[in-house]
Parts: sequence; structure tokens; C-alpha cells
Amino acid sequence: MNPPSPAPAAGPAWALRCRGLHRHLGQGEGRVHVLKGVSFEAERGQVYAIVGPSGCGKSTLLYLLGLLDRPDEGEIEINGRRMSNHDDAARTAARGEHIGFVFQFHFLMLEFTALENVMMPMRKLGRLSPAAMRERAHALLDSVGLGAKTHRLGTQLSGGEQQRVAIARALANQPAILLADEPTGNLDVRNSNLVFDLLTRLAKDNGQAVVLVTHNPEIAQRCDVTRPMRDGLFV
Amino acid sequence: MTSPNLRIAYRFLTAKKRAMVMSLSCTVLGVGLFIVTQATTSGFERFFTKTILGINGAIRIEDKIQDTMRSMAAAGGGDSHFGRRDGVKYIEGIEEPQALMAAVREFANVRGVSAVVRGNVQLQSAFKAEDAQVFGIRLEDHVRVSDLAEQVTNGSLEDFRNSPTGALVGRVLADRLQLGVGDSLVISARGASRRVQVAAIYETGYREVDKTNVYLHQPEARSLLKRPSGATFLQISLHDPARAPQDAARLEQVLRHSVKPWQEREKTWLAVFRALRISTMITVSVFTLIASLAMFNTLAMIVLEKTKDIAILRSMGYERRDVTRIFLWQAGIVLAVGAVAGALLGAMVTWLVSQVPLPINGIFKTDRFIVTWDVSHYAGAVLTAVVMVMVASLIPARRAARLEPGDIVRGTAQ
Repeated sequence: MNPPSPAPAAGPAWALRCRGLHRHLGQGEGRVHVLKGVSFEAERGQVYAIVGPSGCGKSTLLYLLGLLDRPDEGEIEINGRRMSNHDDAARTAARGEHIGFVFQFHFLMLEFTALENVMMPMRKLGRLSPAAMRERAHALLDSVGLGAKTHRLGTQLSGGEQQRVAIARALANQPAILLADEPTGNLDVRNSNLVFDLLTRLAKDNGQAVVLVTHNPEIAQRCDVTRPMRDGLFV
Repeated sequence: MTSPNLRIAYRFLTAKKRAMVMSLSCTVLGVGLFIVTQATTSGFERFFTKTILGINGAIRIEDKIQDTMRSMAAAGGGDSHFGRRDGVKYIEGIEEPQALMAAVREFANVRGVSAVVRGNVQLQSAFKAEDAQVFGIRLEDHVRVSDLAEQVTNGSLEDFRNSPTGALVGRVLADRLQLGVGDSLVISARGASRRVQVAAIYETGYREVDKTNVYLHQPEARSLLKRPSGATFLQISLHDPARAPQDAARLEQVLRHSVKPWQEREKTWLAVFRALRISTMITVSVFTLIASLAMFNTLAMIVLEKTKDIAILRSMGYERRDVTRIFLWQAGIVLAVGAVAGALLGAMVTWLVSQVPLPINGIFKTDRFIVTWDVSHYAGAVLTAVVMVMVASLIPARRAARLEPGDIVRGTAQ
């Protein structure tokens, strides 16, 4: 069962756009120019893969796009709204409303059940009533095949199951953009395919832009667009 | 539990059971010990105050003030003067006690006033002689300014009232002279002697008083001390003894007599109790400080262990202030449970302490440990714990809020 979808958002076809992003990491002599003027845009309903060797700046770019980090230079627009220069509160609000994250290491909150993990972003956004939140969380967990394990704690789920809960949680607030950092990096082949299929199906169904960083060439091949990176630039 | 921050705080806290129990125990102990030490310290202080007020009243008026003023006519023959107050002289005793008593009774806070004639005497029983002080009183007046009625242990006040030559003798003095109710003794002063009968024996618990004070009816004392008029002092009781210093100042100003409130009269003992209170406050503050350090330690540990969770929350739209609140809620939960449990522990230990046998006789008389039941002790304990624990919790809470989600995720991913 698919969860109820929102009405298509009005505005530009792209959900996410960045221009000339620069980012340095480290300090002093260890300071490294990780991103050297990267530009990128992601349209709704499309799945993008960012690939490249370790240390080329894929994850750094993803965290900048997800407003988890600030660029040294350049612009980021979310749903047509320039976000790179906003204060922390505005960027946090935009994350909660427009962006869903899936991390490599699942990052479930292990003291909470699968259902509570999925409800957590909804509770913060506060758009739905508690009953509606619960209903949507159940529907999302159903859609990732975990309808029977909604009341299990994070510690009682396997790695693949935790990643599926993380996907359901990322979709909880119906974000326009889904960012995934090596979402299948920690999973076996069967679970990798399952998670990727889920991500792409749910995103396509809901008209969301999906940007994923991956080392897996098979996964990258199955995406709509593949963007290889090297030394802080798209090639 | 509707607040998402409170819900998260509760889970974070219960996930660290051992650290939480440690913080909770310290808070419970801090609050409980605060209550017990306050209850015991102020218990003895209040009992001492009650004893003192029951013997000497709240205020004493002694000695008339005689001002000396050097005046000089201003140059130019005008009628204006300037003066210099160059000291205060006293005329011993009260010359017109009735007039003064009438004036004192006009003060709203005054409950009773008694004129007392005092003098040094020697007592002679069949066995022994002892020096003592005679206090000539009007019983009806004096029972309103003292606890004499409750202090009688042998005989009765009624016997004293009905016996013009009766005497009220202190317990220690009676024991030294081997006197019992109905026995007679000779009182000598200024070359004169007279025989009186022990109408009752009283015990205040204040050894110095019980060892020296003998109460006689005023006409008998006047005759013995050869003092037909006046009084040595006026003893006053108040509805609110705490206001004695203000009332004393007003009385002195209006009556032009030396007026001393009980707080000034007993300042040595009160200073001892104050020192004791401060000393116990310091001890208790150390306990509360330990409680706050334990809370700080617990939260700092949770912040370290939950950086990933903080990054997740921040990635989901939880603001910095939400993170701060989540950690402050944890302190709040420990405080709420700790305050209730600490108050219960404090009440229980206070009751147990009040059952401990502890015979004391010197500045007051008691057979048991004295405690005070006062809601302000509980409020003070909780308030101290709240301030110290919340201040200690602010540091890790703010540290958690300052964490950059990008840094955390990048650090974990690498």
C-alpha cells in the first residue's frame, strides 16, 4: 500500500539547484579545497547518482545540498528559494519541510520503535494530528514491507530493515528532495536491490527528486542520471 | 506525553539507567539532607527561642535615659538653638512602672507587660545556704509575659497565688537546698530576713535561671528588698516576637528608657545558632553541588553518546533550541523525581531523628532530638536543587545544541 501523496508542488521543474559551490575542510596546513565550484540541479521525479572515488567530495556536496553544512562560496536553491545565506533556523525549517535524508549507517534512534522513528519528523513539523501521523507512519512502514514490525525497537531490526525504516522516515514529511548517502553501502546484494527499488519507486510515485551518492556501479547504472565526480568537480 | 522533546528526553535518559540512577540518587540525597539539616538546626534554635521568650519575654525595659544636651543661643538674640548630643546617661530602674505599663499597652503588638522588682538575696534551708535572685512579680501580669504556668513541675501556681508568703523556686536551686513543696526557707537581704514557704517548683530548662531565680509576690519582695515603689524592669511579651527590634526602637524613642529586644539580649546564643546554620548550609550545598555535578556528568555522557542522534534530529528539522530543551528536559525529569523522592526521604529521616532520645539540659530542656516541620525547608531544598542542577545542565545542553550536524555525519561516515 502506498502512503497518500501530496498535491504536486507549484514552481520550477527542479526541486534543487546549486551554483559554484566551494567548500574547504580542515584547518591550517591540513586545509583541503574539497569542492571547487560545483553546480548541479535535480528535477522532481528523477533519480540522480553521484559517483566517484573516495575523497572526491561526493558526501560533502550532499551535506551542502541537504543544508547540513554551509558552503564557503556559491548558492543553493530549494524549491526556488535561495537557502545558502539563510540563518540556522530557516535552514533547519527547510530541512524539516523539504528534505529527507537516508544515511549509510541507517541512523535510526535505537531507543525508539520503527513507528516512533517514522513519526519523529512529523511530530516536529506538526502538520498532522497524532492519529493521522500514526496512520501515515503505518502506511509508510507497510510500503517498505515492515508493516508487521512497526513496534520493534531499532535494536531488534536487521541492517536491511533499519535502512528501510530510515527510508520511510525520510519520506515522512513528503519532502520534495530525497538525499541518500551510500544508502546501500552497508547492505548485501539482495537488500541493496530492495532498498534501491523502494527509494526509486516511492520517489517516482510522489514526484520527488532523489540524489544519491554511491560507489555501487550497478546501482548508479539504474539511476536516471549519473554524475561522476573527481577532485571536487563534476567531470 | 505530547511534547516530542520530552518524549525524546525521557528515552535518552532511561537508556542510560546507571548514570540516571546515580544523578537521581545524588539529587534525592541533596534534597533530603537539606531538609533534615534545616529541620534539626532550626528545631533547636526555635526551641531555644521559645524557652528564652518563656522566661524573659520578648522585650525588657530597664533604666531611664537621661539626655545631656549642650545648648547655645545663636548669635543675634533669636530663639533658635543648636545642640550637640554628647552621650547618654541612665537612671537605674523604672520610677513609675504603672504609667509606663499603661503607655506600653498602647502598642499594637504588645500582648502583655509585667513590672518586676529584682534583688540579690541569700537563701537558707535546713541543710544549706545559696545565693540567689528574688523576682517580685504580680502573678496575673507575669503569666502573660512568660511560660511560668507551664514551667511548674511540682506544686501548683494556684498554691502560689493563694499564699502571700509563698515562693516559686527553680528546680536546680530546690535540689541544691534539698527543698520540696511545702518546705520553708529563710530569705535574707540588706540585713533583713523573712521566712517563706515553697509553693511550687518550676523548671525552665535554662540552668542559670533554674539555679538562681526565686519568684515572690511583689509586696513581699518590696518589703524584703526595701523598695516600696518603682520596679527593676518591665517584661513585655509580643504577639509577633520577630518584630521585637522594631518595637523596641519605637518604645525607646517614645518612653525614653533603655529597651532591649530578645534578639539583642540573646545575641551570643543566636550567633552560635547562626554559625551552626551556615555550617550545615555549606555541608548541604556540597551535597547539592555533587548532585549537580552528577547531572552534569550524566548529560555530558549522553551528549557524547548521542551525537549521531542529535545529527538525525537536526537533519529532520529539530532546531538547536529543541536539542537544548531535550537535554534540559532530562535534567527536569531527574529534578522532578528527585525533588519528590528527596522530600519524602527528608520527611522520613526528620521523623526518625525526632524519635532519637537526646537528653539536653542547659540552655533548654529536652529528652529528644528537636526538629521543626516547616514547608519553607522543602521549598528551599527543591529551589536549591533546581538552580544548581539546571545551571549544571545548561553547559552540556548548550554544547549539544552547538553541534553541527554536517560535522557529526561527516565524522561518522569517514
